[in-house]
Amino acid sequence: MADKLKVATTSLAGCFGCHMSFLDIDERLLELAEVADFDRSPITDIKHCSEQVDIGLIEGGLCNAENVHTLREFRKHCKILVAVGACAINGGIPAMRNHIPLEECLQEAYLDGVGVDNPQIPNDPELPLLLNKVHPVHEVVKVDYFLPGCPPSADTFWKFLTDLASGREPSLPYALVHYD
Amino acid sequence: MSGMKIEIDGKAVPFEEGDTIMEAATRAGVYIPHLCHNPEFTPHGSCKLCTVKVNGRNCSACTFPATDGQQVLNDTKELNDTRRTITQMLFVEGNHFCPSCEKSGNCQLQAVGYFLNMLDGHFPHFYPQRCVDASHPDILLDRDRCILCELCVRASRDVDGKNVFGLSGRGIASHLVVNSDSGLLKDTAMAATDKAAQVCPVGAIIVKRHGFEVPIGKRIFDGQEISDWSLEREASEAGE
Repeated sequence: MADKLKVATTSLAGCFGCHMSFLDIDERLLELAEVADFDRSPITDIKHCSEQVDIGLIEGGLCNAENVHTLREFRKHCKILVAVGACAINGGIPAMRNHIPLEECLQEAYLDGVGVDNPQIPNDPELPLLLNKVHPVHEVVKVDYFLPGCPPSADTFWKFLTDLASGREPSLPYALVHYD
Repeated sequence: MSGMKIEIDGKAVPFEEGDTIMEAATRAGVYIPHLCHNPEFTPHGSCKLCTVKVNGRNCSACTFPATDGQQVLNDTKELNDTRRTITQMLFVEGNHFCPSCEKSGNCQLQAVGYFLNMLDGHFPHFYPQRCVDASHPDILLDRDRCILCELCVRASRDVDGKNVFGLSGRGIASHLVVNSDSGLLKDTAMAATDKAAQVCPVGAIIVKRHGFEVPIGKRIFDGQEISDWSLEREASEAGE
């Protein structure tokens, strides 16, 4: 159906918990499917967005060069970009490494850490280069809406998407706004 | 009663000689958002969250004296937008990773964010480098979460009589310091039962071995807005 909304989702530096929480809308997914089609998403396994997508949900922050590339490409194809969850909004748990110089992080993880076997810092050209610090998505692209939470609850996704699908300005009641 | 009144958002609010706007408002059940104010301690006026418009000028409600006939604006879009911006600045100037914080759900900074419908930090994050002091056997000092409200400074000085805390540095370099030769909390007389250990509105000073005692959903601000909680807790203090 041409007039169905196109919804895309993707993940950057996060744990996929926000996607799991989204799936927790359970049987309401069928209701959502009446008004929206999934485009790019781990749910569909489509790797790139269609030319124009109505709503893009993005979880995770930016911890490497590939995240930045993915975010920019995603933004280009989404009419409405939604930063979902603590990592997308403030860097979240991955950003807790921002206190520690990157070199020390790598040394601890790959050279000096307890139980490290064959210590070496991975250096394959296919591995995206790490950023010095983890950043939230709004520091790189314009974000239209934010859904806080770690993760936002299924009801938060549902309220937000049904508001948008009905042409209402999304608004979250107190019970659905949480930073943890 | 003295018969003197101010008007807050058009509502007549009686006050006594010597009251601040915050004290009069709290007694009348009018919530003015705040973080550094606590009726148990001398007003400080640093967080600026309680900024209200008094006869057309912006003032801190916690320090500004009430005078007869004052016209005060409090719950307006303009003021709440400014308060949200202030709260966003507090978030990005510290390292507030709520999911990993023991205070989450009981944190007044977080609750003020919820109250003001703050959904993001808006500004680029500073991610400042700050020292955590875990040296004390019973108390953890995590400067990443400190909002410089000085409630611990006031509590330690005025209630505990120990002068354990102070602020040092200027601007973004301002930070909480500990009054001991080593600069560490373990070398002070501070105890977990001290007022200073209980008064922190965020997770900067927490008593060890009490984390995550209340499950998610049952913590203070999971079900109650800070406006109601604050008025319930502070109205009797303001009435004294």
